[in-house]
Amino acid sequence: MDFKNAKELLSLCMENDLSISQVMRNREIIQTGKSQREVYSRMAKALSIMKTSAHSAITEDLKSMGGLIGGEAKKLQAYQSQGKNICGNLLSKAIMYAMGVLEVNATMGVIVAAPTAGSCGVVPGMLLAMQEEYGFSDSQLIDALFNAGAIGYLAMRNATVAGAVGGCQAEVGVASAMAASAATELMGGSPQMCLAAASTVLQNMLGLVCDPVGGLVEYPCQNRNASGVANALIASEIALAGIPQLIPFDEMLDTMYAVGKRIPMELRETAMGGCATTPSACAACGICK
Amino acid sequence: MAFISVFEVLGPNMVGPSSSHTAGASAIAYLAQKMLGEKVKSASFTLYGSFAKTYRGHGTDRALIGGIMGYETDDTRIRKSFEIADSLGISYQFIENHEDTEVYPNTVEIAMTGENGRQMTVRGESIGGGKVRIVGINGVEVDFSGEYSAVIVIQQDKPGVVAHITKCISDRKINIAFMRLFREAKGHTAYTIVESDGNLPQEIADEIKQNEFVRDVMIVQA
Repeated sequence: MDFKNAKELLSLCMENDLSISQVMRNREIIQTGKSQREVYSRMAKALSIMKTSAHSAITEDLKSMGGLIGGEAKKLQAYQSQGKNICGNLLSKAIMYAMGVLEVNATMGVIVAAPTAGSCGVVPGMLLAMQEEYGFSDSQLIDALFNAGAIGYLAMRNATVAGAVGGCQAEVGVASAMAASAATELMGGSPQMCLAAASTVLQNMLGLVCDPVGGLVEYPCQNRNASGVANALIASEIALAGIPQLIPFDEMLDTMYAVGKRIPMELRETAMGGCATTPSACAACGICK
Repeated sequence: MAFISVFEVLGPNMVGPSSSHTAGASAIAYLAQKMLGEKVKSASFTLYGSFAKTYRGHGTDRALIGGIMGYETDDTRIRKSFEIADSLGISYQFIENHEDTEVYPNTVEIAMTGENGRQMTVRGESIGGGKVRIVGINGVEVDFSGEYSAVIVIQQDKPGVVAHITKCISDRKINIAFMRLFREAKGHTAYTIVESDGNLPQEIADEIKQNEFVRDVMIVQA
């Protein structure tokens, strides 16, 4: 059981009456020869690392390696606890966890690259907020991670997830597409809806450049992870309402990759343009001096 | 196309902040110390490209030190690897090379000396998402990933050595996934790298060493 693109993935789901997460898990078991238990427990470990990283930013004082971020998750929690948060609880929590995971990452804490370290807050932010707000079990979250994995795999196989190659749309964009698809399946959406949600995210984040201040995975990466969960929620809501997408996910991946390759080198993780070269960023960074 | 596991998408589990600059760096150093086959006593790291520019902010240096002490990518001791290395009496230095611009952007060359005096230089590239490639051993260009268990043979470039190596492996009913041969020059030192689907028993190294032209054998388990 294997698939090269979203079209084949969808056929496998239809022919065998399986969800995307089930197809992805079966693929891993069949292709690697590992047992169901081994594959499941490895994903359970990933979920447990995600949880620890999301929560430690709220309970601990962390100082980032580059000194550009730190303390954001705590501030978000304090703001939410006043009960006047503008976003509503699901998105507020998702933002808090997504930004918190980036803080942990920037302090050399342990994270799960999802699909990269620079975009590691989006998938856990989304799933952990959904668990708290809607009561999903750990085992449902683990299934959702396999669903997210299918979307990320297609991006790695047929496009790129490297900011240096395709810009931030390839990192946070893909992470957000993974989160949107996973959330859609969790909420009972069909495989078609999952792929429609993933397609919507790539449309909405198309062209986003990678311009980290000082070349470090801190700023604006942390803000972009928060925007990634918001984009995932938007796309999932649109898909779950039964709105189909004109452009299939496979075509959005192709165009994301094509656009990524046309992004100038200065805006692909080199810190030579965009946010990285604003006067304030240069004053804060000091690497060139 | 090589199989992409779901755990390459949701993974590696790693100490931040960068899959290429932190996880990849520690993975290269981890492979290097496995190849040396004894505890590293001193190491010199030459950093190229983006590694040379941003290694402090990405903890590349701590990750490299952690790697040569045998820490895996998600080992939190990487954060304190300088202090631990100092307490163990391991000496290290970092050399920034900004002149060679033709190399892959995230490249490190590690010159190691082991506790029993064994010396080796390993060159590695961090190619994104935590994936790495070993591209040089003692100045000879090679290519392997560490994703598969590998046996690395240093031999004299003579007829029959490769046949001997493959016989030793097939006698143990191990399937070869990839095999490559590299050499300095005709008749001089050559390197054979065999990557296998299963684990490689240590005895294979002893059996391969029976051939008079084989100088050294390293086994690196995946």
